Amino acid sequence: MNSAVNRDRTLPQLEQQVQTLLARERRNLSWVRFRERGIFLCLVGCGLFSLLVTGSIIFVLASETAKFFQFSEVTLSNFFLSTQWTPLLGNTKSFGIWSLISGTFMVTAIAMLVALPLGLITAVYLSEYAPRRVRSTLKPILEILAGIPTVVYGFFALMTITPLLQWCYSGFNVYNAMSAGIAVGILCFPTVCSLAEDALRAVPTSLRDGAFGLGGTRFDATVKVIIPAALSGIISAFLLAITRAIGETMIVALAAGSRAQITVNPAEEAQTMTGYMVQIAGGDVSNFGIEYYSMYAVAFTLFAITLTLTMVGNYIRTKYRETYD
Amino acid sequence: MNETITEPPRGSDKNNRATHDLQNAPTEPTSRMDTHEAAQADVPRSIIEMKNLSSWYGSFQALNSISLNVRKNKITAFIGPSGCGKSTLLRWVNRMNDTIPTARATGSLHLGDLDLLGSGTDVVDLRRRVGIVFQKPNPFPKSIFDNVAFGPRLHMKLRRSELVDLVEWSLRKAAVWDEVKDRLNAPALGLSGGQQQRLCIARTIAVGPQVLLMDEPCSALDPGSTLAIEELMNELRDQYTIVIVTHNMQQASRCSDETAFFFEGSLIEMNDTKSIFTNPNSQKTEDYISGRFG
Repeated sequence: MNSAVNRDRTLPQLEQQVQTLLARERRNLSWVRFRERGIFLCLVGCGLFSLLVTGSIIFVLASETAKFFQFSEVTLSNFFLSTQWTPLLGNTKSFGIWSLISGTFMVTAIAMLVALPLGLITAVYLSEYAPRRVRSTLKPILEILAGIPTVVYGFFALMTITPLLQWCYSGFNVYNAMSAGIAVGILCFPTVCSLAEDALRAVPTSLRDGAFGLGGTRFDATVKVIIPAALSGIISAFLLAITRAIGETMIVALAAGSRAQITVNPAEEAQTMTGYMVQIAGGDVSNFGIEYYSMYAVAFTLFAITLTLTMVGNYIRTKYRETYD
Repeated sequence: MNETITEPPRGSDKNNRATHDLQNAPTEPTSRMDTHEAAQADVPRSIIEMKNLSSWYGSFQALNSISLNVRKNKITAFIGPSGCGKSTLLRWVNRMNDTIPTARATGSLHLGDLDLLGSGTDVVDLRRRVGIVFQKPNPFPKSIFDNVAFGPRLHMKLRRSELVDLVEWSLRKAAVWDEVKDRLNAPALGLSGGQQQRLCIARTIAVGPQVLLMDEPCSALDPGSTLAIEELMNELRDQYTIVIVTHNMQQASRCSDETAFFFEGSLIEMNDTKSIFTNPNSQKTEDYISGRFG
C-alpha cells in the first residue's frame, strides 16, 4: 500500500488531481435510497416474523386448550383443585394440574439450590478475585459446560447421579426428583455464572476504589458494594435460570420418572409438566383424544408461569437498575 | 511502633470528639482561627517522607527517584502536566496502587514511623489513616446516610446513636450537612456533582484519617462547587494533612501551602507555594506555570 505513494510529489500537483476526483465522483443517490428502503423493509420483516411466530404459538395453545376443556370429563374445578393427575387411567381419569406443577417446582427448587449459590460464588470469584490467567482458563471451560446437550445431562443423572444417591441412601427410586434436579442445576449453573459475572463486572471500578480507599477488604467491597450495586443483574440472572429450569425437558423426561404426584420427598418419582408433554407427544396415546388435548392445557399452564416470571424479571430489572454515567 | 502516629480518633475517644465538635460547630470562626494560628506557630513537622521513590507499571517507569516531605497540617499541591506521575505518587501513599497488578515501587516511603512500602504493612489500617478522594465523585449506590456510615461500619462497633452522631459530624465537617440533612435516606446518586464530591469527603473523614489525599477533586465540577471544595479544604487543614493533585494552577496557588512540580516522572522542584509561583528556581517550572506548555 505504502509503496504506491510517490513521495516526491508536491502539494499543488496533488491538489489538482484531488479536485478532479472530488468533482467527478458522486454516489449514486437513487440506488442508495433504494438500498436503504430495502434494508428497512427487511428489518421490519424480521421483527414482524418473530411477532407472528409468538402470536401463532399462543393462538394454537389457547385454542387447543379450549378444546380440552370442552370434554365432558374435564372441569375447571377438577383441573385447578384436584390433586390427582391420572389422564391415562381408563375409568378414573383425573386432571389435577397441581400434581405436575408440584413435580416441576420440586425439580426447579432442587436445581436452584445447586445453581444459584454455585453460580453466584463462581461469578464473584471470576469477577473480583481470580487473576486474569485463571479467568481466561475457567471461562471457556464453563462455556463447554453450557454447550453439552441436555440429553447427555439426562443420562448423566440416570446413570451416575442416581446410583450415587442410592449409594448414600438406599430409599432413592431409580427415577427421582433429586437426581434430575441436580442435573438441571448443573445445566443452569453456567448461565447463572456468566450473567451474574457480566453484572458484577459492569459495576464501575470507581466504586471498588471507593470501598478500598475507605479501608475495605476485597470481601467488604464485594459483599457491601459490588453485589448490591449489581443486584438487578444478578436477580435477572436468577430468574432466567429459574425459567430455564422450569422449561427443561430432556433431563426430567429421562431421570425424574413418569408418575405425577404431590410430594415433598425428593427420593420419589416426580413427573413434571414438560415430562408429561414428552410422554404424550412421544406417542403413548392415540391422537386427538382427551389425553392429547390435555398436553395443550399443560403447555398453556407452563407458558403462563414462564411468562409471569419473565415479566417479574423485567420489572425487577427496570426498578432496581442503577445507572452510572 | 504504629502507636506514635496514631493519636487521632479511635473507638470511643473518637465519638467524644465527634460530639464535642457537634456542640461547638456553630460557634464563631475566631476560635478556629486561633488554633490555626497556633499550628502555624509550631515548627511544622513532616508526616509523609519519601526518599528515592521510583515506581513502575510493568516495564514503564512512572516515577523516577522522588524525594520529598509533606508537612503536617499543611495543604501540599502536586502539579504537572498529564502523565507526569503525580497521581501515581499520590496513590502510593495509601497503597491504592495495590489494585493494579503490574504496579511496583522501590525506595522508601514513610508515614510517621510506618514503612508504607513494607510487605507487612496493613493496607486496611493504612487506608483508614490515609483517606482518598477521587477525581470523579464515586458515591456508592446507597443512601446518603449509608454512604457516610460505610467506613465506620467496617472499622468500628458503634451504637446507632453514636453512628448517627458521627455521620452528622462528618457531613457538617464536609460542609454538605445543610443541603442533605432533610433527605439522609435519599439515594446519594441523586445529589449534584459538587454535593456528591463533598459527600465523598465526608465519607472519607468519617473513619478518622490523619491525611487526606485528593486526586484532582474538582476537575469534574463546576466553578461554584470547586469554590466550595476549596473553602472546605481550607477549613479542614487544621485537623488534617491534605495532599491535592491538580491540573489547575490557579487552584494550587489559591489553596496550597506548598507546591511540588513534577515533569515526566521526576520532581522538578518543591517549595512553598508563593515562591513557586512568583520565583521558581527551574526554567521548566516557570514555563509550566506561565502556561507555555502542559
